[in-house]
Amino acid sequence: MHPALSIVFFTTASGAGFGLLLLLGLGVPLGLLPVNTMFGVAALGSAFVLAASGLASSAFHLGRPERAWRAFSQWRSSWLSREGVLSLATFAAAAVFAIGWIFFGVFSSVSGLFGIVAAVLAAGTIYCTGMIYASLKPIHQWHNRWVVPNYFALGVMTGFLLLDLILRFWVPFPLGTPILTLIAVLAAWWTKERYWRFIDTTSAPSTIASATRLGSRGRVRLLEPPHTQDNYLLQEMGYRIARKHRVRLRAIARITAFALPAILTLVALIAAGTTGILAAAMAVASAALGLIIERWLFFAEAKHTVTLYYGAEAV
Amino acid sequence: MTDLPTVYPGQKKLGLVIDLDICVGCHACATACKEWNTGGHMAPLPDFDPYGDEAWGVWFNRIHSFEEGDGDGARTVHFPKSCLHCEEPACVTVCPTGASYKRAEDGIVLVNEAICIGCKLCSWACPYGAREFDADAGVMKKCTLCIDRIYNENLAPEERQPACVMVCPTKARFFGDLGDPNSEVSALVAARAGADLMPELGYRPVNKYLPPRRAPAMPLRLMDLPAEADSEAGGGSALLRWVDRLLSR
Repeated sequence: MHPALSIVFFTTASGAGFGLLLLLGLGVPLGLLPVNTMFGVAALGSAFVLAASGLASSAFHLGRPERAWRAFSQWRSSWLSREGVLSLATFAAAAVFAIGWIFFGVFSSVSGLFGIVAAVLAAGTIYCTGMIYASLKPIHQWHNRWVVPNYFALGVMTGFLLLDLILRFWVPFPLGTPILTLIAVLAAWWTKERYWRFIDTTSAPSTIASATRLGSRGRVRLLEPPHTQDNYLLQEMGYRIARKHRVRLRAIARITAFALPAILTLVALIAAGTTGILAAAMAVASAALGLIIERWLFFAEAKHTVTLYYGAEAV
Repeated sequence: MTDLPTVYPGQKKLGLVIDLDICVGCHACATACKEWNTGGHMAPLPDFDPYGDEAWGVWFNRIHSFEEGDGDGARTVHFPKSCLHCEEPACVTVCPTGASYKRAEDGIVLVNEAICIGCKLCSWACPYGAREFDADAGVMKKCTLCIDRIYNENLAPEERQPACVMVCPTKARFFGDLGDPNSEVSALVAARAGADLMPELGYRPVNKYLPPRRAPAMPLRLMDLPAEADSEAGGGSALLRWVDRLLSR
């Protein structure tokens, strides 16, 4: 599948934004995070900006962006529509939570309740994002049980990395957050490794033989494609990545998305203070780069069944 | 709504039956489709860089050619592919706007261009590559089963069938109601073991493909001919050498 940069940015940024919102919505009402107003502005602001810019970026991918509002109508059948509806609901609940926190300071039970509602909705939004891909049967690398856990674990991981960084400006020696961040990074790494192992060791039930229903005389292969130049189908779904590049990019993603953020979080846990802030900031930067590569690979490694009609013998 | 229409017994399922045994791969169906539809319901079907090196455009019907088997038992199979108007079309249910829909009355899958946002998700959801994006209009386009021909009372009754079926010079394409077990197309599917493409995905295509018939293997003596022609035309005039090359193809 063609890795469109707008979608790569959208899924990583909104995943991080909703992941952070999920942690704030749960952590503050449960008394696990400080109720400091400026911390609220910084943390909620980051979450809003990331989630909203991700959604705005997704609109660039549309052929008719001015009609984007229509995408909220088909929540009964479409995961894309459900994602749109839930993201708006999350923003609405989070807005009440944010107003209660930032403008009224005192933490009322009502705005705390909205925080928990926003957290649940944010989790639901990340789930829908994963299901958009996991529900597509023609793409074996997406239609599997590891895709939703991947999206969820990566959203929570980036949420924790951001939270650990922002919190350090108000709490110089945090203990619980970096430990949980470390666990979140390792958990996300594990789900990604399981995903990669799954797509490396399995292939789609569809083959060139099932796509054409030929094969009783022997091996089926493409003799002549229908057209000499790439068409929409090949531009959009015929993207192929060389094995050599795939192996290298996965190695870079492993290091930058998981290994470095884990080490830097550990450094921040031990060093705290200014060193802690620097380490946590580097962890966020490294994970951002790593996740863009990881998400780019998620598209580039995905093979659509339509390629079976253009010479691929398995997908 | 992108929910699928309610299923009821005796429902009409209009579609195509394609005989892979007699298709000669002439691409006339693709050309006739393009010609009719670029002025039809989903018009236009734009072309980009049409006279350049990277010409591409929107087509609803494409003819792939495959080889099956090796040696004497092998054969070339020309394989026309267009929308299969599935009974479980994920291209419809994934649509976030309701632009993609399946008609209850005849099962035809269509796109309402006026509300399509061009998110392309339907083309990802289609295993068969039936949908093509119109980069000019920013909306998705697809085969309409020539809905503007089959119900068109301005056309003579015998012309009320899809353009691809009308034009086929070998009569490899059939149009009819696959929901009616007594229709001509249903009889053909039953007699020739008509098959679904990628049945494992569960989309339940309405269009069916008739597999190539089994024929006794014929010895390929034609391979000797160019050698004979070469010896006869050796050293002849330019015209004769040209005729020889032409005949030796």
